[in-house]
Amino acid sequence: MSSEPQATIAGNAASPDPLIRVRGLSTVLNGKTIFDKVDLDIPRGRITAVMGPSGTGKTTLMRHITGQLAPDAGEVWVDGQNVVKLDRAALFALREKIGYLFQNSALLTDFSVFENVAFPLRQHLGLPEVIVRNLVLTKLQAVGLRGAAGLMPHELSGGMMRRVALARAIVRDPMLIIYDEPFVGLDPIALNQILKLIRTLNDTLGITSILVAHELAAISRIADSIFLLAGGRIAAHGTPEQLAKGETPWTKQFFTGAADGPVPFQYPAPDYATQLGLAGAGA
Amino acid sequence: MSSVRKPSYLLDGVAQVGACSLFLLQILKAVPASLRHIRETVRQVWFVGAMSLTIIMTCGLFVGMVLGLQLYYVLSIFGGTAALGTVVSLSLYRELGPVVTALLFAGRAGTSITAEIGLMRATDQIAAMEMMAVDPLAYVIAPRFIAGLIAMPMLACVFNALGIFGAHLVGVSWLGLDNGTFWSNMTSSVDVWKDVINGVWKSVAFGAVCTLIATFQGYTTAPTSEGVAYATTRTVVFSSIATLALDFVMTAFLM
Repeated sequence: MSSEPQATIAGNAASPDPLIRVRGLSTVLNGKTIFDKVDLDIPRGRITAVMGPSGTGKTTLMRHITGQLAPDAGEVWVDGQNVVKLDRAALFALREKIGYLFQNSALLTDFSVFENVAFPLRQHLGLPEVIVRNLVLTKLQAVGLRGAAGLMPHELSGGMMRRVALARAIVRDPMLIIYDEPFVGLDPIALNQILKLIRTLNDTLGITSILVAHELAAISRIADSIFLLAGGRIAAHGTPEQLAKGETPWTKQFFTGAADGPVPFQYPAPDYATQLGLAGAGA
Repeated sequence: MSSVRKPSYLLDGVAQVGACSLFLLQILKAVPASLRHIRETVRQVWFVGAMSLTIIMTCGLFVGMVLGLQLYYVLSIFGGTAALGTVVSLSLYRELGPVVTALLFAGRAGTSITAEIGLMRATDQIAAMEMMAVDPLAYVIAPRFIAGLIAMPMLACVFNALGIFGAHLVGVSWLGLDNGTFWSNMTSSVDVWKDVINGVWKSVAFGAVCTLIATFQGYTTAPTSEGVAYATTRTVVFSSIATLALDFVMTAFLM
């Protein structure tokens, strides 16, 4: 049986009006093929998870979607606009409708928690101070950090920084929110609340969410569908239940966490015994 | 067959100068948008200007004192100590003030600008701003560039004032030169436009060059600790070379 990932898997049918449409995406970084003619659609108003082994290009895909990185070939359409061909002004106009939670939080270190969350509002909306204050406190309350509004980023733990970054990403109630590794460093209580928050935002405001994460249990609780990236292609796509029962070697290995399978645990390396100087020692 | 190009210091240097020139054009294009962030510009003037005052004042005082001492000794050989105020002030206004201020500025403010922007790059703060549709060229780079243009001539003027004060301390208070001679010879020999204003133009140009190099090095640094360290060093080295080279060119044109 071939273990080559398939670009077209049952369940990856194009939705009628997807928010994001990727066609023929090909990317090579530092000589390594990250994407090889990838097609995918992300529907509006749903929570879509993007999973895959480390280094498989999940964050790179998000960078393509947000126009931070141009692909070598292919098209990336977001809300009817081809991101690849947008000029800087049009790209910035599109990004005003996108909230992005960075892997490392990327808080502005000279600003307090409050000012970090208020930053997008102050830069774009020119709202009265009382409204800015109420909006920021509302979002901080949602992530459980209203009491930390006056703290500086260096006074926060990694999990708290992530929650502040989440509050900043959602402060303008964007059309699309991209969460890059949102669950790292969260304790079980915070994780539960953040999962509820993501679901609530999705259900009440109709926000489209893309989750890049590895936590299968957490993703299974809230994601409407999952894309499994591997080997530069989409190895599988479907609901969490469909993928959990998946029969392809990719889904089996990923959902069981087995070391043996199409995804090697070891980074490509020379022979272990030879490198340790043990080759031929027994002769 | 390998397609890897052999490293060429000349080609890499030309490429860097070209990239830096394009960066300058991008900054100039972002200046109108940066006027929205006027508070950030004012904050940067305080940061690169007011925060540099201590080192500028101290160095200006000592440079003036050394000049006073050395020139008094040389002039006394020819019986021309009365010209001390004139020679000190012309040296400071025309050359030493703008040049030494620029060298000190590169070491004090330029390095901190590079390190700050480099760390913002390394910690994805620049990327976060872009994702929030905030142009980092307008919010981070242009205010620092404008601040350098504003602060450098002011710092050079402070340096000159303290330098003349230092020369006065040595020449008049210590070595006994007549106070009236010191000031009257200076005021009668120094031309405001030819000497003072030309020196101010030089410091404006040095401010532009030093801040451009500092921001460029920070903005394009490799996002690692080592990358930021190298970028900071390059800021001092390139700013110093550019200042001295530009000083020669401007002196040739302004003479």
